[in-house]
Amino acid sequence: MPLTLPFRPRRETYPPDMWTKCPSCSEMLFNKHLEKNLRVCGTCGHHFRISAKARLDQLLDPGTFRERDEGLASRDPLGFVDSKAYADRLVAAQLATGRRDAATWGFGAIGGRRVAICALDFGFMGGSMGSVVGEKVTRAAEGAFAERVALIVVSASGGARMQEGTLALMQLVKTIGALERLRAAGLPYISVLADPTTGGVFASFAALGDINVAEPKALIGFAGARVSAGTIAEELPPGFQRSEFLFSHGFVDRIVTRADLRDELALLLALLGPAVATDATTGSVRRG
Amino acid sequence: MVDRLLGRPRDRETAPAAPTAADPREAVWARVQLARNPRRPHTLELVGHITDAFVELHGDRLYGDDGAVVGGPARIDGRRVMIVGHQKGADTDENIRRNFGMSKPEGFRKAIRLFELAERLGLPVVTFVDTPGAYPGAEAEERGVADAIARSIGAMTRLRVPIITLITGEGGSGGALAIAAGDVVVALENAVYAVISPEGCASILWRTTEKAPDAALAMRMSAQDQAALGVVDRVVPEPGEGAHVDAAETGKRLRAVILEELDKLAALSPDELVAKRGGRYRVFGAFDDLGLGEAGPGGVERPGLADRLRRALEPMGKSVGDALGGRTGREAREARNTLGGGDARETRDGREARDGRDGREEPPAREEV
Repeated sequence: MPLTLPFRPRRETYPPDMWTKCPSCSEMLFNKHLEKNLRVCGTCGHHFRISAKARLDQLLDPGTFRERDEGLASRDPLGFVDSKAYADRLVAAQLATGRRDAATWGFGAIGGRRVAICALDFGFMGGSMGSVVGEKVTRAAEGAFAERVALIVVSASGGARMQEGTLALMQLVKTIGALERLRAAGLPYISVLADPTTGGVFASFAALGDINVAEPKALIGFAGARVSAGTIAEELPPGFQRSEFLFSHGFVDRIVTRADLRDELALLLALLGPAVATDATTGSVRRG
Repeated sequence: MVDRLLGRPRDRETAPAAPTAADPREAVWARVQLARNPRRPHTLELVGHITDAFVELHGDRLYGDDGAVVGGPARIDGRRVMIVGHQKGADTDENIRRNFGMSKPEGFRKAIRLFELAERLGLPVVTFVDTPGAYPGAEAEERGVADAIARSIGAMTRLRVPIITLITGEGGSGGALAIAAGDVVVALENAVYAVISPEGCASILWRTTEKAPDAALAMRMSAQDQAALGVVDRVVPEPGEGAHVDAAETGKRLRAVILEELDKLAALSPDELVAKRGGRYRVFGAFDDLGLGEAGPGGVERPGLADRLRRALEPMGKSVGDALGGRTGREAREARNTLGGGDARETRDGREARDGRDGREEPPAREEV
């Protein structure tokens, strides 16, 4: 894949076409309406993937987000080269997204409550977890610990970043260690699982939420369905590795549509978060 | 003795001759083959050589017993320990029973149960890592394999007794790591450790499993490379052509290392142990902090034009050949540490990050098993 030129059209004119075809119901969706609907198909409810920035804009009270550690950039520790060099893939992803890596973390408020929040961006190398993503999730947990606030991590990732080898694998231990310290301090951690959350990200911080909340029909699983089907030739049940499958097997507390997610998180924080003076009153009892 | 207890046949297929190769790709691939050699001594056989007494315990108390993970209390030179390890089979029949060493959730939950028992009784834990990876089937997903792995790692990070991890064969991804987060990580000379199997990596990044040796080299799977990266603390030489030629001698060498490391860790209090272990894993990662600090919601940072062009043109990180021999991983990492730099913070244009990139994501950069 050639590098994109650094000169790009202004955001208003991008994407060039005004319509997006829904991959689920094939309805043609007018982009402006799609954006207004939080990138959820108005016809069938398909949740399109969204960037970390869009996610934070949707979840946090306007103007409250303060990003931390945005200068972290991976070093290509192995000098990894496949069909192209990891260093080139990184640059291409940085040019395409305007971000240094696949995670964004900082402090913000939901329903008036301060939280530490980290969001992964599937658009940056499949949201894969290398050193930077692992470090940011860890720092978010440490930030929550230091300020005694709740932690929210929104996952959208294919798993550990192969190009960083076992250093990427070690991020599983690093992030889980930080979550264990948060847990011991009596602070709640809400894991939001978006499409897709798989591999080493699911097998570390994403699975370990005190509360696990998933978006509808998100792909959530450990091994890719292709691996399961190919390696061991096992028949896969319908809806395998979707949010609803995880829900029915007891690994997800709630499946929440994108439109309801902010209110849901605000209510959960009000019920579980560390007590604060400015209590936000949000919504009523929710049963699912 | 373990062999007799298990009724395991001693006549195994003969191993392929150990290849000697100058090509680093073939050299690392030979290591992978040695690590997977069916005649290589697996956990129970090694435990038989290492310990003076061992009682295997079964079941996770939740669902069932997983033959791919074994464990129980043991005595080594008068010291009581808890053993937990992956178990591959020595022949096809046993491999079917052992699921080729691929653990299901109940295997990891058995490990958690034994870790917690060890902690309650004050027994140091010794883990044996030898698995292609966690079982990738539907039933494993149904019972929450990712949850089981994450919780097993979590149990290890907070355990208040010493943990010694021995990578004896294949260290395959999350399924290996689930019982590999020790205070000290020891690898046998021909053991390998990676974030994904080389075949899996090759099929994703090269689109063909034939490139598995290239993937093995690129991921720096060998015990020596892992030691250079700091993931492995010490490498134990194997006798002759490899552990399979003399299991007893391999066990003897591991036993000496275990006793030595137990002595070192015994000097630490439980609090010190947990803090030191946390510190060991906290520092993993290779990144630069370009120090942009806090930015408001309107000021999402992008690297400046000059910076981006400089990065795009910089011919770095393209050498593969120095995986074995030559510079160690750490030196190589330092040498390559040119990404970013002071200039980056001077040039920024606060253009918004583009959002909504459905269907145009990067080629998959993910681990699958």
